[in-house]
Amino acid sequence: MLKRAKTDKPAEAVIHGIFFLLGFVAVGCVLLITVYLVIAGIPAIREIGLIPFLFGTRWASTAAEPSFGILPIILTSVYGTAGAILLGVPVGFFTAVYLSKIAPAKVRAVLESAAGLLAGIPSVVYGLVGMLVLVPAIRNLFHVPDGASLLAAILVLAVMILPSIIKVSITALDAVPKEYEDASLALGATPIETYFRVSVPAAKSGIAAAVVLGVGRAMGEAMAVMMVAGNVANMPSLFQSVRFLTTAVASEMSYSSGLQREALFSIALVLFFFIMMINAGLNFLLKRGAGK
Amino acid sequence: MKKLLAAALPAILAFALLAGCMSTSPSDGGLSGSVSTDGSTSMEKVIGALGEAFTTENPGVKFTYNPTGSGSGITAVLEGRCDIGLSSRGLKDDEKAQGLAETVLAYDGIAVIVHPENPVTGLTLEQITKIYTGEITNWSEVGGNDAEIVLIGREAGSGTRDGFESITGTEDICKYRQELTSTGDVITTVSQNPDAVGYASLASVKDSVRALSVDDVLPTEDTVKDGSYKIQRPFLLVTKTGTALSEPAQAFFDYITSDAAAEIIAKAGAVSAN
Repeated sequence: MLKRAKTDKPAEAVIHGIFFLLGFVAVGCVLLITVYLVIAGIPAIREIGLIPFLFGTRWASTAAEPSFGILPIILTSVYGTAGAILLGVPVGFFTAVYLSKIAPAKVRAVLESAAGLLAGIPSVVYGLVGMLVLVPAIRNLFHVPDGASLLAAILVLAVMILPSIIKVSITALDAVPKEYEDASLALGATPIETYFRVSVPAAKSGIAAAVVLGVGRAMGEAMAVMMVAGNVANMPSLFQSVRFLTTAVASEMSYSSGLQREALFSIALVLFFFIMMINAGLNFLLKRGAGK
Repeated sequence: MKKLLAAALPAILAFALLAGCMSTSPSDGGLSGSVSTDGSTSMEKVIGALGEAFTTENPGVKFTYNPTGSGSGITAVLEGRCDIGLSSRGLKDDEKAQGLAETVLAYDGIAVIVHPENPVTGLTLEQITKIYTGEITNWSEVGGNDAEIVLIGREAGSGTRDGFESITGTEDICKYRQELTSTGDVITTVSQNPDAVGYASLASVKDSVRALSVDDVLPTEDTVKDGSYKIQRPFLLVTKTGTALSEPAQAFFDYITSDAAAEIIAKAGAVSAN
């Protein structure tokens, strides 16, 4: 064994080099995308002006007198994500507490793999089901002329962020030292009191990370949202057809040209900025959690 | 043993790859090479059928079609990334100024579609304009049920939208309820909503929706060809002026603009221009 290790030393160096290169591929991609987005996104913002671009309320990219205001699109993304979090986080959080602390092993195994499966469903399938089931259902249930709306998008996103919230929260809750809970139980607290007063606070940074991850997922989703939201750049309203940042880029990119295309890159840059902020928030929460 | 295998495996793979390459060399004495087309998704059926027919006659030629959209196809020709661009809208002046030329391959009727249960069977062009600009908002105003009209359209930049809006005179003023990114999505959405109205290329209209007559003319191949059906647009081949096409690309171009191709184009649902 020892002898082999010695003879393989040059090989070791080669492997080391290969791994370094492979590691650099990922970093290189991130850098490339960042640099490209900034270079591609700045010219249109410069031409349109930052204030008219970010706070303009009319998006008409192919009109004779084009207008490139993305405030309705930004607000839609923010409202849509907030709505999905409002619906998805309570469900995901309580599911995670139940699965981590209360559920029998068999139930947990089944439900956890079901959540995993939910994560594995391609977003186009979510979109298709939303388009064929959810959109007509909203139309009939609320007696609106058309069901493709912010509400439909929020419902689809809420389901889509469940798996990441559940999985990360479970991991955080499982990591709470058993001694904490034992001490609480020994002092006379009931199991439920223990879970919510001891385990959850102990796991709070992990759970917060789960929520931020959900925000990122909801913010970045394009396909499923494009199929149920209607894609008209209206100011967000629950039963109105709306356009998200992601769908604004995705829906027009294939046919775009000139300033319209550049403006789409600028939207992508704005989206990228939002996602970066969310990632920074996630890193901050995880670091704080690890530091404890 | 393992090391031997590790050394042998790439060698075998490399050999297999080489053998694979060799077997694809042209066997016929005729044309060889490749023809690449890029552009309008509306032209998929037409160009697909033409490509298939062409490669059956010239087995040595590799035909590719990249469904990216009219705008992307035009850019692709300009940047030399494909031989022939496909556009379902006319070239803009600035595109022509960059040295592009258009050749009409066929005409495509744009059908105005509604849910099969909708009692309205026809509209005038003027009514369609008023509906899409939001002047008429209820089906009862055009002889239908008392229900709000739900306008389904395509995304900005789509050739179908451009064609529809320019013919109906509703450029940039359509009050869409939904802007969808494909013909299939429009048809699905209209088939799901009894109060919806949408537009889609005639070739792709299915039984799940019903096409309306426009000014009492139903969209059919004949009415598009003789021009009596108003809402129609051209399918264009875009090429670079001054740059000669490669031999197989020129052969393909001649073939699809010939009389022989007219039948294939008709089968694919469009009306041949030649």
